[in-house]
Amino acid sequence: MSLDRTDVEKIAHLARLNIAEQDIQEYAENLSNILDLVDQMQAVDTQDITPMAHPMDAIQRLRLDEVTEGNQRDLLQTVAPAVEAGLFQVPKVIE
Amino acid sequence: MLDKTLAELAQGLATGEFSSVELTQNYLDRISAEDGTLNSFITVTPEQALAQAEAADQRRAAGNVDVFTGLPIAHKDIFCTQGVRTSCGSKMLDNFISPYNATVVEHFNQAGAVSLGKTNMDEFAMGSSNESSFYGPARNPWNTDCVPGGSSGGSAAAIAGGLTPAATGSDTGGSIRQPAALCGITGLKPTYGRVSRYGMIAYASSLDQGGPMARTAEDTAMMLNVMAGFDPKDSTSLDQPVPDYTLKLNDSLKGLKIGLPKEFFSGEIDPQITAQVQNAIREFEALGATVKEVSLPNTHLAIPAYYIIAPAEASSNLSRFDGVRYGYRCEDPVDLEDMYKRSRGEGFGEEVKRRIMVGTYALSEGFYDAYYKKALQIRRLIQQDYVNALSEVDVIMGPTTPHPAFKLGEKNSDPISMYMEDIFTISLNLAGMPGISVPCGFANGLPVGLQLIGNYFAEERLLNAAHQFQQATDWHKQTPGQ
Repeated sequence: MSLDRTDVEKIAHLARLNIAEQDIQEYAENLSNILDLVDQMQAVDTQDITPMAHPMDAIQRLRLDEVTEGNQRDLLQTVAPAVEAGLFQVPKVIE
Repeated sequence: MLDKTLAELAQGLATGEFSSVELTQNYLDRISAEDGTLNSFITVTPEQALAQAEAADQRRAAGNVDVFTGLPIAHKDIFCTQGVRTSCGSKMLDNFISPYNATVVEHFNQAGAVSLGKTNMDEFAMGSSNESSFYGPARNPWNTDCVPGGSSGGSAAAIAGGLTPAATGSDTGGSIRQPAALCGITGLKPTYGRVSRYGMIAYASSLDQGGPMARTAEDTAMMLNVMAGFDPKDSTSLDQPVPDYTLKLNDSLKGLKIGLPKEFFSGEIDPQITAQVQNAIREFEALGATVKEVSLPNTHLAIPAYYIIAPAEASSNLSRFDGVRYGYRCEDPVDLEDMYKRSRGEGFGEEVKRRIMVGTYALSEGFYDAYYKKALQIRRLIQQDYVNALSEVDVIMGPTTPHPAFKLGEKNSDPISMYMEDIFTISLNLAGMPGISVPCGFANGLPVGLQLIGNYFAEERLLNAAHQFQQATDWHKQTPGQ
């Protein structure tokens, strides 16, 4: 599997990652090498194998729908890049 | 004092040979003197440590003592520590002062342990050399031109260098066991779900598992007693009883059945490592164990499956770092998309970006079945290999790593060759079973690790076998510079 510049640009956009123009070629090579490595999997017949998402096939634990945490907004916003009146600030989204 | 084990230090505190404040100050002095070279800590917290030590001494004077009261440890900088920077080795979280504690940290605090600070690590735990840390690489105390391994490289280097008697680590593909092997210490990856992941910054959630790192199996057992247990805050935590892991340490190994996977003794492996591991196996035979060959035929597929599953989960987990609620935000974003892209582009290092992109690609439209689903099917095959082998034997043994510590920069330019260093550790994370690495000799003056693998929840048996080996050998007592 070989990725070209266009592929890398598309993946970087999907991942919302800014990649410097001069680094794209190196990413293309490294990612292609990694995909070659993982392509060893394709030689194995796994038709009847159930995919394994959890080592003990545990299912998602559920809890009662009740409030267990108090309001910690002020505490949690102490680490935010920009806050005003209890709201997270971001660049203007709607004109 | 600085080459003692946790068990010995606990004894010294109990008999009043020294106080926790004295002990803590000794380690803080040692860190000041040595860590300029080793770079094993990202953040040292002397004031908090001495305050915790003071409180521990008072608690002892009041007769309210836990085994851990007053014992210094360090936390890998992947565990959230309230009021203390928790960087995960990344520029992205360089400014992140955690507003809460990880469950593991909370447990140690409640037991009265003293935290010396936060140890260095590969960025977001992605690496096998500690070289992807935003804070520069930690160095191996046995040879400071060499890497300490990763991703818990700072924890391993700090213990081997005598800067802390013990530390927490996390293991997604070998990140406790591989640095333990490379630095000549003991490190245990518990069964998936045994130790809470709450507040342990996520890399690959179905593989991540926190665990103890220390000089001896006995010390890791003491730590696991504090760390293990069900946590309602972690949705994958398993509700299973926690034994006292120190109780069976002294059981005899007579009749223990050891399996040697033939796939772990062939291919790209340093012959000196094979020789040291074989010597260790003979030691177990002398202790009454029997040995037979077993097979893990899908071992060669573990790295390919891992490099889909882990990046896929990472690409999803790390999408939370968007410059909005916490972490790094770029200067003067022109719009929201620019803010996302530049904050992430500038905040993440190369290896992290690489894995996010591999994961994004594998999960993108049209590729899911060929990559992610396929990898989960391979994962099942790898698990079955272990289940089959462990139906014949009690413990599987082999080398932890194919080579001893390599030079800084040696594998940096070639991600694939770095990935291959995890060949013997990575399959166990896919299977979800526990494994421990113990020192078993040297190759060219660098430590060699023996890996012991057991069935789900077999930590007691692994610790027993490792402890008995350490009663019969003194590899774990070797320290750099002797």
